[in-house]
Formats: sequence, C-alpha cells, structure tokens
Amino acid sequence: MTGGNPPLPTNDLAWLDATGPESHLVLSTRVRLARNLVGRPFWGRNAAADRDEIVQVVAEAAAGSVSLADATLYRLDALPRSSRLWLHERQQVSRDFAGLDASGTVRSGAAVLLGGRAGIMVNEEDHLRLQTLRSGFDLDVSYAEADRVDNELGLRLSFAFHPEFGYLTSCPTNVGTGLRASVMIHLPGLVLTKEIGKVLQGLAQVGLTYRGLYGEGSEVLGNIFQLSNQTTLGKSEAELLDHLGRLVRQVVEYEMRARDVLRRDAAAALDDKVWRAFGLLRHARSISYDETLNLLSGVRLGVGMGVLPAVPLRTLNQLLVEGQTAHVAAQAQLDLDDDAIAVERASLIRRLLEEELPR
Amino acid sequence: MHLTQIVGDQVTTVHLCSRCAAERGIETDATVSQTPLGAFLATMGKGGAAATPPLLDDSCLGCGATLQDFRASGRVGCGVCWTTFERPLRDLLRRLHGATRHSGEQYLNAGDGTPETEMVRERTRLRDQLRQAIHGEAFELAAQLRDQLRALDG
Repeated sequence: MTGGNPPLPTNDLAWLDATGPESHLVLSTRVRLARNLVGRPFWGRNAAADRDEIVQVVAEAAAGSVSLADATLYRLDALPRSSRLWLHERQQVSRDFAGLDASGTVRSGAAVLLGGRAGIMVNEEDHLRLQTLRSGFDLDVSYAEADRVDNELGLRLSFAFHPEFGYLTSCPTNVGTGLRASVMIHLPGLVLTKEIGKVLQGLAQVGLTYRGLYGEGSEVLGNIFQLSNQTTLGKSEAELLDHLGRLVRQVVEYEMRARDVLRRDAAAALDDKVWRAFGLLRHARSISYDETLNLLSGVRLGVGMGVLPAVPLRTLNQLLVEGQTAHVAAQAQLDLDDDAIAVERASLIRRLLEEELPR
Repeated sequence: MHLTQIVGDQVTTVHLCSRCAAERGIETDATVSQTPLGAFLATMGKGGAAATPPLLDDSCLGCGATLQDFRASGRVGCGVCWTTFERPLRDLLRRLHGATRHSGEQYLNAGDGTPETEMVRERTRLRDQLRQAIHGEAFELAAQLRDQLRALDG
C-alpha cells in the first residue's frame, strides 16, 4: 500500500498517551520551523530536478544527525491516496501537500522524513518544515526538541538567512523565526456557554489565530481548536512562545470557569448531553467520523467533569486518530469510499470503550 | 463591528461602526481587503505609485522573478528576492508582523568550534563540491574530492 516506500510509521503517536501537562484540555502541542536552503529557488520557482536534489540533500543531512539518524523517508509522490490520507490523519503532512485538496495532485518531490519525535516535510511551501509534536500543553519541550534538530541540520545544511529579516521563507507571513507553535485544545464549555466567539475574537486582537483539527483552512470539529501565533517576526522565539503560553493558560482558565457555569446552571442538561453521547458511542452500529468527533467531545467533557465513568484520555485520543477514515480502512482492509467504513468505525469504538469500562 | 480587547484579566467589548473602527485604525472588510497580504498585493500594479519604488521592474538575479510574479503568487521566489525586493517587502512585513527586524535566533552556521563540528562542516563542504563536480562532469575533480571525503571518514 506504500508504492515502493517503506511501511507506514507506527511509532509517531507518543502524544496520544495524554501524559503531558493539562492533558484533560490540551491534546497536543506542535512546534513548526520553516527553513529554506541557500542558493536554491523556493517552492514556486523550482523544477522537479531541484526538488529531487533537495530531498536527497535533506535526507543526507538527517542521516548524519543524531536526532534524525533513524528517520524514515516517505515520498508522497509515490504513495497511494490511502497512505497519504493516513499520514495526514496523523498530522504528519498538510492537506494540500499530500494532494488531498480538490486538485488531487501531489507535487513531484513532495516527501516527509519521520523520526520518533520530529518530522520534516520536504518541498512543502518551504524546503523544510520541521515539526515536533508533544502530548498536552508543552511548548518549551516541544520547542527545545525542534531547536535541537534545527541546530543539527543547520550545521549540515546552509539555511537562507538575512541579517534583517531572519530565516527567509517563501511566504512573508512566516519569515523571521519561521516559528509556528500550535496548541490543540478542547473547549466545549466555552462553546456550550456561547462564550467562544468572544474569546476567539479577543485572541485575534492580541496576535493569535485559530484553526480546526487539521490546520490551515480546516473547519472546527468536535470543539477542538488549534491556537497558534500569528506573527513570526520582530519577537524572539522565547517571546513568541511565552505570549502564546500565557494566552493559552488564560483560555484554560476561561474554559474551566465556563464548566463551572454549566455545572451550576445546567447540570441536568449537561448530564443528559454527555450520557447520550456516551450511549451513542457505545451502541451505534454505523457512524461517521464527524459524528464521532462531536460525541467524543461530549464524552471527554463528561469524563473531565466527573459525570461519566473515567474512560482514560488515552483511549479517547486513540479513537480520535484511529477512528479516521484511512485508519479504519487500513485496519479493515477496505477502500476509502467503502460504506462499510462507518460500520467498522462503530465497531472499533464499541470495542475500545468496552475494554475500558469496569465490569 | 465588535471589538474585544484583553488587557491583563480584563475583557472589554466595544461596539463600533465601520467608520469609527477605521478611525481607530482597525481594519475591516470595508477598509481593506481581508488580509494585509491581500491588501498589499491589491495595491501593487494598480497605480500604487507610493508603494512602487524604482526597483519594481527589475527581476531577481537569483531566480528571475519579478515583483509582478510575487503579486500573482503571494510567494517570494528565492532568498535573493528578499534582497532584490527589500523595500516593498519591508512595507509588507510592517503590516503583517508590525515589525521588520528579526530579533530571534541568529543563524551563523558557525557551529561551536569543536573538532567534531568542524569535521561535519568540512564533510558538508566537500560533499557539496563533489555534487557540483559530478553535475558539471568534472570527473577528475570529483575523484579527488571523493578521495578527500574517504580520507576524512578514514
């Protein structure tokens, strides 16, 4: 299923274990650094041969590094759609890059290098998009890991850097530090109390942006928001992380206050909502992923507020990833458009939830 | 429009008409297009003389891109473009980031001066030269470089 590529990775989901700080609300923290190589045209102006050479140069540099010595290279341009979607569902590649947009085409030279804790999209909008993903709210460690890989690669490659503008990127929105830090956070309390609009608007005013589960351009599903820094220039990496960190802590506080309001003013309605979500997930025989996400949000809220039995967060995170279409299809050996996927998904959910319930 | 500001723990919401918002320097759909990048690109080539310094018609020596190419794609062509179109890009950065100067990590590619680092650097330099030599079919030079690399790996 991987078109001559190595088998798809299975060791890249350490973040699922929900052991990071604030895991009850924050699913994961991601840090991404955009880098380009000196003397080579950027994304819009390079040829297929340039991109092939970039893949080769980056793979060699990674092989010579400590952090990515054992990383595996996947050529997206040689992978079938099911595998590209599978990597996208694990948040290792962006949607357009994986050829999952309307055009359905993958650019030649599109590749991803995946190590245990860091990955690099090669020939995305920038030559390198280095990223690390951690469980919970863990900006400092996530950045430290990305920085270590960046330093190691920076010795072996020559990055395009300008004394005034910093790290040069294809899009001016990323120039400077090239740093985009994102925190994936579950905010059902703010959504149910209808406070979320105000909070998001407030965040936009102070330089934060939000996206859905799948990053840029994706819609918000299951009350999961990705909050990230909007600007990358004029502040140091530490200042950008500190600013994002302070605001996320504030959002965590707002969410907890919203939950207090729900508990105080709408306890019966809340009780009903989360138990219904739990019941549907435990008994449905066919279910879409969108519905799964919404119901998982209810269950996560119910578990977090002590209303439902303590299903481990790890299981809920696992369902979030493994309930997705390409994952279910791979597991059940089905085509991506097979109607049986909804049936298999429901069966997976029932099985995982039953395993976790006290008998 | 509704403007929510967070200062410390205080959240205040102010309701403003588009005109008042514009007077306060807040960008609305009515005042500019949706993003600073979009607004900047929209002014280019539309008689935006103030924003079009003489360098405009020059193409980049690095990749041949013109400012018109940037306008069409919204993407910079190569590292040299950043110097070639420095002035208009600086204007854009001011609007996008509220700043034009990088104040984060400096990239010196200098390493820490240890013998291990110097070895990595030397190997990288030789490998780059070897690749160029092969590309230019300078096989004698390539053979010499290969031997030097082998000696280093020794």
